[in-house]
Amino acid sequence: MGLFFIFVAIVLTQNFVLHYFLGICPFLGVSDEMEGAFGMGIATTFVMTLTAIITWNINTFILKAFNVEFLEYVSFILVIASLVQLVEMFLKKYLPELYETLGIYLPLITTNCAVLGLALFMVLREYNFVESAVFGFGAGVGFTLALVVMAGIRGEINEEDIPEPFRGTGITLLVAGLLALAFMGFSGLVPT
Amino acid sequence: MIKDFVKGIWRENPVFVQVLGMCPTLAVTTSLINGLSMGLATTFVLVASGLAISALRKLIPDQVRIASFMIIIASFVTVVKLLFEAHIPEISSQLGPYLPLIVTNCIILGRQEAFASKEPVGRSLLDSLGMGIGFVFALVVLGGVRELFYQGTIGGFEVLGSWYKSMVIMVQPAGAFISLSLLVALFHKLSGSE
Repeated sequence: MGLFFIFVAIVLTQNFVLHYFLGICPFLGVSDEMEGAFGMGIATTFVMTLTAIITWNINTFILKAFNVEFLEYVSFILVIASLVQLVEMFLKKYLPELYETLGIYLPLITTNCAVLGLALFMVLREYNFVESAVFGFGAGVGFTLALVVMAGIRGEINEEDIPEPFRGTGITLLVAGLLALAFMGFSGLVPT
Repeated sequence: MIKDFVKGIWRENPVFVQVLGMCPTLAVTTSLINGLSMGLATTFVLVASGLAISALRKLIPDQVRIASFMIIIASFVTVVKLLFEAHIPEISSQLGPYLPLIVTNCIILGRQEAFASKEPVGRSLLDSLGMGIGFVFALVVLGGVRELFYQGTIGGFEVLGSWYKSMVIMVQPAGAFISLSLLVALFHKLSGSE
């Protein structure tokens, strides 16, 4: 499968949020307003791309080379946690404007299962280096897309009169279900 | 003491009330048995890491506590993954990458941060057991409902009879979201909260 199809698949047909259920917590929690959703999406895309690049190297040159693959989860989660911390410090020092916008979302990314999920899928599918980088970036773009679409819909829904038991979580999940249904319409785009 | 245990099962149910741990809840509940095994695996990690963290709570420096929690949790998840692979390989391959994703299940880190890192071992054990049972309950209900409407069976036993035409949407992502949405609404209606 070419790089282009990897990208299209992860953004549209196999969207991390709507197909693999990864990153549902921020998807349900943060996506109340457009700007916040977009900021969260960009910050996550950034971390995901870096995670894909770094974990690929760790997996290939350390874990596989020394036959210690059982350390996969421990080392991946450590990489992600330190990466998030590093990105935070870097932005604070060199790009204070960007830090102002993204800062509050960064710590939340460590527990975003989409980031760890990305690393695990990458290993499972045995992508090479370039493919992994594209996959990581695409996953971030797909996550941003889902978050922004959801934020737009929720902005409208909040003004409607929703039946009592559905308020909050119920209606959000229902909307997510309809979105997932809509995204199934893309399924013919990528040849299998 | 009893309260620590019971609250997780109904009043503060991690899935229906706190809306935590959504990824595994939605992803693996295509059948009752998958939901049950995921729930039990998560409960094991929750209880084991709760005990470890509660026992070590005075030794872990505050600045690096999240990283330390993550390493402890990830170690127990590795144990579960290896056990599943060795003893129940079919279920392990069905759960796929969602089994290792227990590491980032927010219920686990949430309980460590909110409870185990502050309370003694005994209370922490009850708390994590209660939360674990609440999680299993939610996963089993959702898995059962989805399996029933998908192919008319519960836990592999035929319930609706051979006339039932299978409904593929129930095991697809859209079905997962919609059934959980209806269950959450039902739960709110029944418990009369919110």
